[in-house]
Amino acid sequence: MSLYQLSKFLYEINRDPAIQARFRANPQSALEGYDLTDEERGAILEPDIGLLYVLGVNGQILMHYAAFHGIEWSDYLQRMRDGIKRHGPVRAGLYAMTTSLDEKVSS
Amino acid sequence: MSLAFVGICSHAPGITGRADRADPAHRDQFYAALGRLREAVDAAKPDALMIVAAEHFANFFMNNMPAFAIGMGEKYEGPIEDPDWLKIKPRVVQGAPDLSRRLISSVMQSVDTAYAEEWRFDHGIMVPLHFLDPDNKYKVIPANINCQGPPLTPLHRAWAFGEAIRAAADALPERIALICTGGISHWPATPDSGKINEAWDREFLDRWARQDRAAMLSYTDAETYRDAGQGGFEIRTFIAAAGAARGKGEIWHYRAIPIFAVGCTVGVMEIV
Ligand SMILES: [Fe+2]
Repeated sequence: MSLYQLSKFLYEINRDPAIQARFRANPQSALEGYDLTDEERGAILEPDIGLLYVLGVNGQILMHYAAFHGIEWSDYLQRMRDGIKRHGPVRAGLYAMTTSLDEKVSS
Repeated sequence: MSLAFVGICSHAPGITGRADRADPAHRDQFYAALGRLREAVDAAKPDALMIVAAEHFANFFMNNMPAFAIGMGEKYEGPIEDPDWLKIKPRVVQGAPDLSRRLISSVMQSVDTAYAEEWRFDHGIMVPLHFLDPDNKYKVIPANINCQGPPLTPLHRAWAFGEAIRAAADALPERIALICTGGISHWPATPDSGKINEAWDREFLDRWARQDRAAMLSYTDAETYRDAGQGGFEIRTFIAAAGAARGKGEIWHYRAIPIFAVGCTVGVMEIV
């Protein structure tokens, strides 16, 4: 598991239009140089927002990556819940869910 | 003499980005309080606006995370987020490099702050600027306290940072308006976004307003995380404001607005 590397990629793509352009042109090549597991790589490429959340990516980074993929706010929140349903509780970090799976806090 | 103003406000991105989804009456009351804060800042006639924020991985990351940072750039850009997502237009903000340099040198007498000549503003600074400086007329000095990547800046050091800013500002001929911006309890960017512990917020704001240093510094991070979420770590910025102003605070606005994901706060503190 390489949550730091995963988070660092998302931090860098969020803030760097050049990486965003490279990712749009060739997603695989944008990931070169980051030491990622297959699971992490797959979650970025899909993008599987729910899995990225479960892996422990900080929400402040994740919400912008979701927005980069055109995922609307309510959909972003739902995808995190769906991720927990599918992959289990958040495995690391500070952004764990504290409400129950079907609870809607705000839409 | 030259700390001219101290205020606090929220900065959550939903405040602008999801403005159309809030109850219009609640949104407008909050915006009106921010407008009142803008008028108070203007009335203080500052030479520069210092904004102590709680960054969210726009500039600082765990490859080299400072407990404190102060900007020393000639100019800054923001927002780093998609402007359509945040609903704030991009702008270039004037810095105050010479003033920053003198301020930082003085702060360093008691607090080991990092400094940065490059800084791209995220919602933590852009949302306050959107309301407090709509005409982009102020020179801005950004500052950051690490509220995101543990180990976090200890609360008593956030207080010391405020004190150091006060001492530095008092020794400068320029007038500085200080805006400290953070959330209180909130669970931003998680599935719990919109959850707000209003009782906890009101208790914290009460401690803040009555300038109760010991009570403000008594929270452990474990307690804050349990009761106020990871967003609650941003109380550090409000604590810095209290350390700088030393007077009594006045809360001009507080209301939990779930679609904004935070208890929306505007306040000022007397400088004594
Ligand atoms: Fe924040």
